Amino acid sequence: MDLRELYQDIIVDHNRSPRNFRVPEHYDRMADGFNPLCGDKLHVYLSVDDNRVTDVSFQGSGCAISVASASLMTEAVKGLTEQEARALFEDVHKALTGDEDAVDLERLGKLAAISGVRAFPSRVKCASLCWHTLTAALDQQDTAVSTE
Amino acid sequence: MNVASQNTLPLNSAVAETDFDVEAIRRDFPVLHQEINGHPLAYLDNAASSQRPQSVIDAVRYYEEHDHANVHRGVHTLSQRATDAYEGGREKIRAFINAESNQEIIYVRGATEAINLVAQSYGRSRMQAGDEIVITTMEHHSNIVPWQLLAEQTGVRLRVIPITRRGELELEAVDELLNERTRLLSVVYISNALGTINPVKTLIDKAHSRGIPVMLDAAQAAPHTRIDVQALDCDFLAMSGHKMYGPTGIGILYGKRSLLEAMPPYQGGGEMILAVNFERSVYNELPYKFEAGTPNISGAIGLGAAVDYLQAIGLERISRYEHKLLRYATEKLESIPELKIVGTAREKASVISFTVDGVHPHDLGTIVDSEGVAIRTGHHCAMPVMEFFGVPATARASFAFYNTTAEIDALANALQTALGVLR
Ligand SMILES: Cc1ncc(COP(=O)(O)O)c(C=O)c1O
Repeated sequence: MDLRELYQDIIVDHNRSPRNFRVPEHYDRMADGFNPLCGDKLHVYLSVDDNRVTDVSFQGSGCAISVASASLMTEAVKGLTEQEARALFEDVHKALTGDEDAVDLERLGKLAAISGVRAFPSRVKCASLCWHTLTAALDQQDTAVSTE
Repeated sequence: MNVASQNTLPLNSAVAETDFDVEAIRRDFPVLHQEINGHPLAYLDNAASSQRPQSVIDAVRYYEEHDHANVHRGVHTLSQRATDAYEGGREKIRAFINAESNQEIIYVRGATEAINLVAQSYGRSRMQAGDEIVITTMEHHSNIVPWQLLAEQTGVRLRVIPITRRGELELEAVDELLNERTRLLSVVYISNALGTINPVKTLIDKAHSRGIPVMLDAAQAAPHTRIDVQALDCDFLAMSGHKMYGPTGIGILYGKRSLLEAMPPYQGGGEMILAVNFERSVYNELPYKFEAGTPNISGAIGLGAAVDYLQAIGLERISRYEHKLLRYATEKLESIPELKIVGTAREKASVISFTVDGVHPHDLGTIVDSEGVAIRTGHHCAMPVMEFFGVPATARASFAFYNTTAEIDALANALQTALGVLR
């Protein structure tokens, strides 16, 4: 088991200084995510203009994997259309859980760093919490979402 | 309980106690002898579930290979043997906690079911809207939620004894909370999240002086300290087999006979009846009245063997050795500047909850596992405790008498690795 597969430099960096880690003054949609198993809590805020995510930020507390994953996610989805953001989640989900060969890590860019959790099944939910929360925000569900 | 008062020996030599041969004890536990991620396993998650000695494994296996049949039902030889072994376990457990009678020892699935049984049978038949049940802030969810269910059903009110920053009960509050409306005090004996050993005898005396019965959640106490239900004079007591070196899926509810006799059955079915017709059924005597259906026979036999094992070593020696481990581990962990221990009660069992600045407990758990060290991370089924201390989760190392100072050193080293990786 190689810890460095999981805690790659980019993960450590995004955990230490998460990007887009703020409550925006204005946002169109938001959702809460909660992982009762470890107490992780995330809030994802979206500004959506003409079907395009113009701003995305998050707040909350969680382990390095969940914070870094959320930070990387905000960088990746900003500027995407809603459909593109959802499609990206599908790719990420495959990278987290699927067969190594089935995923095009190149296409994921920086997000590929998070795929190290594949070797740590108990941590997959940490990495996917922000994406579930994003999806809930896109769906404009106002209720808290949970990975459980 | 005088575990915390034996603080006089110098640290290292104290652990190398001459009358406690931990290496010999470790040989009794096959699971301990393996490598995890290239490191020797250091199993420090005993509060979640402890490991089984060979004698427990053998007792269960012998039963499966030679004696299995249903209990109390057949005249044939195997049924007789299975019944003898099953009831033999009950007698061992009776002696273990010094209950007056075997009829007061009810086999259940675990501490959780024991508490639910009391809530639904005793609580539901005796309590009504306006009555109060008193618990504490440091309860495991299994001593909170059953009472909330009862509250929904009957309108009883749940009241909570607060705790201090050290993780001790605020005893002054107890006198106010126990009043003429109180119908039951239900308290954790040793907290799984904080390690606090509660002054249960004092609490029981306070409650009894007002005519209030007391239930003890002894899931964590049973493996660490000598329990004498008659000396304590508790009215109900819950234990889990898997936390005291026995199998999962088996536990004990102790109840005073007079209380159990007056209680309605918890579940209906076979075994718990004497006669059934469509007008009415006649319930069986204690303890069978509360043991509906075919029970966990091998679990009961395994638990009996676990109790034999604990008795052979002696709970007093176990407490002494574990307390030395606790002191060693506390000093070792306190020497890490970024680490903060959550739960610093003066009377503590060998459980240390902690947080590390800048490293989430979940990451700690994964990183120390990569060095073979098994600890628990999360809320430990005690969310109100986490809320009180303002943390989403903690890491927790909990020690059994088969743990060593070398394993504590392995934990401390692995925590340094975590700091190196994440800070
Ligand atoms: C203090 C305490 N009470 C009750 C329980 C519940 O035990 P079980 O899950 O075996 O029923 C536990 C288990 O974690 C515990 O630590």
